[in-house]
Order: sequence, then structure tokens, then C-alpha cells
Amino acid sequence: MCGIAGLIHRGNSSDIGAEMTSMLQSLKHRGPDSTGFALYGNGASDQYVMRFKAAEQEDMKNGFGMQDIIRKRKEQADARLAELEATVEVIDAPTDYSWRYVFRFGGDMRKLADYMEDIDGIEILSIGKALELIKDLGDAETVSNQYSLTGFQGTHAIGHTRMATESDVDIRSAHPYWAYPFSDVAVVHNGQLTNYWTLRREMERRGHRFMSNCDSELIAVFIADRIADNEDLESAMVRSVDELDGVFTYLVATSDQLGMAKDVMAAKPMVLYESDEFVGLASEEVAIRSIFPNEIETWDPYHGEVKVWQA
Amino acid sequence: MAGVMHKSHDMGLHTEQLAGRTQQRFFSASEEENHTYPWSFEVDFDNHAEFDAEPMSSTEVNAKIRELMKLGVGSITVKNPQAKHSLGVGILNRLKLNFAGSLGYFGCGLIDGPNIRISGRVGWSCAENMMAGTVIIEQNAGSTFGAAMRGGDLVCRGDVGSRTGIDQKGGTIIVGGRSGAFSGFMMQRGRMIICGDAGKNLGDSMYDGTIYVGGEVEDLGVDCVPGRMTENELKWLTDKLGMYEIEPACGIARMQKFVAGKQLWNYDNLEPAEKKLVL
Repeated sequence: MCGIAGLIHRGNSSDIGAEMTSMLQSLKHRGPDSTGFALYGNGASDQYVMRFKAAEQEDMKNGFGMQDIIRKRKEQADARLAELEATVEVIDAPTDYSWRYVFRFGGDMRKLADYMEDIDGIEILSIGKALELIKDLGDAETVSNQYSLTGFQGTHAIGHTRMATESDVDIRSAHPYWAYPFSDVAVVHNGQLTNYWTLRREMERRGHRFMSNCDSELIAVFIADRIADNEDLESAMVRSVDELDGVFTYLVATSDQLGMAKDVMAAKPMVLYESDEFVGLASEEVAIRSIFPNEIETWDPYHGEVKVWQA
Repeated sequence: MAGVMHKSHDMGLHTEQLAGRTQQRFFSASEEENHTYPWSFEVDFDNHAEFDAEPMSSTEVNAKIRELMKLGVGSITVKNPQAKHSLGVGILNRLKLNFAGSLGYFGCGLIDGPNIRISGRVGWSCAENMMAGTVIIEQNAGSTFGAAMRGGDLVCRGDVGSRTGIDQKGGTIIVGGRSGAFSGFMMQRGRMIICGDAGKNLGDSMYDGTIYVGGEVEDLGVDCVPGRMTENELKWLTDKLGMYEIEPACGIARMQKFVAGKQLWNYDNLEPAEKKLVL
């Protein structure tokens, strides 16, 4: 089933970590397997934030040897960043298997991402100047507490609670998906894509990488492919409604935009609230109500509808 | 669309006159008629109660409504429903129920008799399988509005989502604004009035029933064809919309009618209530 949510504060910052946690926790019944956040903070213009992991949560049950394996993977990652002349300035380790690096880098981001992920077990969850992508097993409050998301200041965010239907219950199959290799682009999706393999093969021929077998990852790759072709976000999303087959509602965020798209049958839910200061979207209105308890006017976007808002 | 009007009549279909109980107000609180459920509660409409649903779960809210009905309360106001799911379901007797706020999914489903008013919005599948009574929504409604509805009047003053009246088997759905794609999908009986625009595939795979549209129709689904509006229907539309003080922007006289373009074998198009009168 899955639940998705998004919010954007127009022109100001807020505690989007706490807000998105509240929204996703109220959608817990739509998917208890994993929860993911794509939070857009007030990053520095000359620094990147990278979130990456060196193992799955369940790998940690594989005895003491796993700690050594993870340590070696991280040492390799550090060595490769140094080799590419990336200057790491902050290192946080919210879990035993994932890290948050703040670094300066003036080279080719795709080369950096490929070189890092060439290390066995390393997966980059996100790279961006504003984006920080956090996902793990459990409900929203569990993940939010684990990664200390309350107090995260930013302008916009998207999130996802997952009921696994077509791929494993693990971090790599959890949403959001980063639109590799573009900094600051992330996607969450509710639905099923029926032309996944056809389009995936096409995207792989065009040089894109897939980290999972989850059909939702295709949307992130599709958007990345269109952006690489110099299409703007809204045009890429309109094209996706024509070219992606299946039932879907998805949200996509960039460093300063938030967009939503619905399939032509409008088979997956989305409730929208929009004011001059704030836009909130979710699979169910209860999620919006969790941060707006007062009466507000909400509505369902229509079939094939694409909307993009500016932060 | 104008060139193919009256296609159903050219095909020899739907020549019957609208008649029977569908022209009447269903289970108005002012009527003397009583329900026949042996377990239905005797309630007094002058006996009013209200409570705050904010700290309560959906189950607790529904249990509270039932508890009040058991005490003979006939008029209930539920404050702060907070878009919770499945509120006001399974009410099988007469009751004036007012939700001061919005409902989530599956609100007011499986009801038979109450008059419900919702001051906010409703989520997906409002009044699913509704059998009698009235449900009036002051703002917008989500998809599958009135799914498998069997009787009564379901009214949304704002816009509704896709698949409105999917599998509708009776009663009347009234939409003050626009309606999304696949409205009237697999419709079997009953009537739907959309005062604004209708999305694509209107009446797709409908077996029977009638859809009236005041605005533009994006396109018609398989088996849905334009029909001829009769004087009787115009009167019925005027009465029905007048009951809820709704008027299409184009005016009732300019509304379009759509019906099924096929006749199923061994199938009659009477609503259950009409059938009862005939038999």
C-alpha cells in the first residue's frame, strides 16, 4: 500500500524533521516495513552533504566480523574521497552502518559516486547541497529517533512509509530514492509500475545505475535521465505520466522545488492542502492534520495531474 | 458531442419514463416513516448531544454514537473528527448526525437511514454501500465517492475525485463541482448529477443508470452514450437540486444526459425500491 507525504514552506524554514516525522507516523498503518525522509536543509553553497551506508541493518546480526568488514569499507571510502581530492569537514555516524559526511568537492560528482559505490557494500543514499536522505527499517518515530531528525531546519521535505510488495524489506529497497547522480533530487512513490523492466533496460543502456529491484527507483532514474537532457522538472514529470505505465502517485523534490504527479487513472490517493505559506500533500488527510489540527480545505488532485511548487 | 445526441433512443434503449420513488426525498427526518430493522433505536430528534472526537479513536467515536442512539438521542454533533477514517459507519436507523470537520476514508459507509452533514471534506469511499438516508458534504470529496451505493441521496457541494459512483446500484449522487475520471464506472442503477465538468471515461462499462452533466465531458467510456432528456427528468432535476440548493452554472435545461448504450440480457433497470412497488 505505502504512504507518501510532502511539505514545502514557501519562503521560510521550519523544523521539517519533526513535521515529516509526525506526518509519516500518522501513515504508519499504510506500511510498517521501513520509513524514509528526504529533508532539504539550509546547506552551505560550497559544501555537499553525503549520506551513505556500508551495510544493511540485518547484516549487523552476522557476528563480530561484520564490524571489521564495515570498518574496512569505510576506510576504503575515506581513501577514495581523499584520492579524488574531496575535503571532508564533518563526519557523523548515526548508526554503526551509515554515515553523514559534509565535504567540499570541485570535480565530477558522477565519477565520485561511481568510485564510492564500486566498494563492495557501499551505497550512497544521497549527495546534495541541501538534500539529506535518511531511510531505515521501522516506523517514522523509530527512524527519526535513530537519526536524531527532530530539530532539522529546512524548507521542504518528502517522506515514505513502505509496505514491501515487490522487493525486499531492506534499506536499499526503502524510499526515498536519490536521482543519482544529480545532487538534491529525490523521489517517493506509491503504486506499481508495469513497464518497469522495459524502461529499466532502456535506462541501463543509457548509462544509469540501479541499486535495487524496486520499481519506484525507476521514477528517480527517469527524472534524472530527463534532467540530464536539460528538461526542467515539470516537463520531465509530465513526460513521466505518459511514459510510465501502471498506477502511481509520486512526489519529487529538488533543492528548491516540490512536485507531484498522478497516473492517468488516478488510482492511488493523494490529498493536497495549499496556502500562500505552505503546501502539504499526503496519501491520507490524517497526515496533514497531524501538523494542521485546525480546519483546512483540502482536495484530491486529478488524473494525470502534475503540479510543481517553488520553495 | 452534439452530433451524436439521442443515440440511445435511436438504438431503441431507455425510452422508459422516470418514475417511482427516486423522485421523492428519501427518509427525510420530517417524514413519519419508520425503519423496519428490529434492532434499530427509537430516537428523538429534539434530544441533542455533542462530543469532541479529537482524543478518540475511530472505534470509540462510532461506539459513542451508538451509545447515544441507544439512549434515544436523535441529533448528534461530532466535533473535531480530524479526518479520521471510518467514522459514522453502519448506522441503521434515523438520526441527525453532524460532523463539524472533515472525515478520512470510508466515512458514513453501510448506512441505512440517517441524515448526515459533514462541514468539511471527506476522503476516499465516502458512503460506500449506503442504502438510504442523506449524506451532505459541504467541501470536497475524494475518489470512489458513493461506491456501490444502493439508495438515498449523497451530495457533495464541491469537487469529487475519480471513479465517483463506481458500481452504483441505486440512489442519487449529486456533485456541485467537477468529477474526476471514470465517474459512473460499472454503474448498474441509480442516478448521478455532476453540475460541473466530468473527467475522461465517463460511465465506462456502465450497465444501466443515468448520468446528468452540467459542464464539459472530457470523453465517454465504453458503453456510455448520450441520451434524450425528457420533461419529466428536467422536473426531477429541478426538484432534486432544489432540495439541496444546488444549481449548475449552465442551468438545468442545458444539462446533458448519458446512459448505457447496451441492453443486458434478462436485466431490468428498476431500482430496488421501485421494484418493490411493481412487484
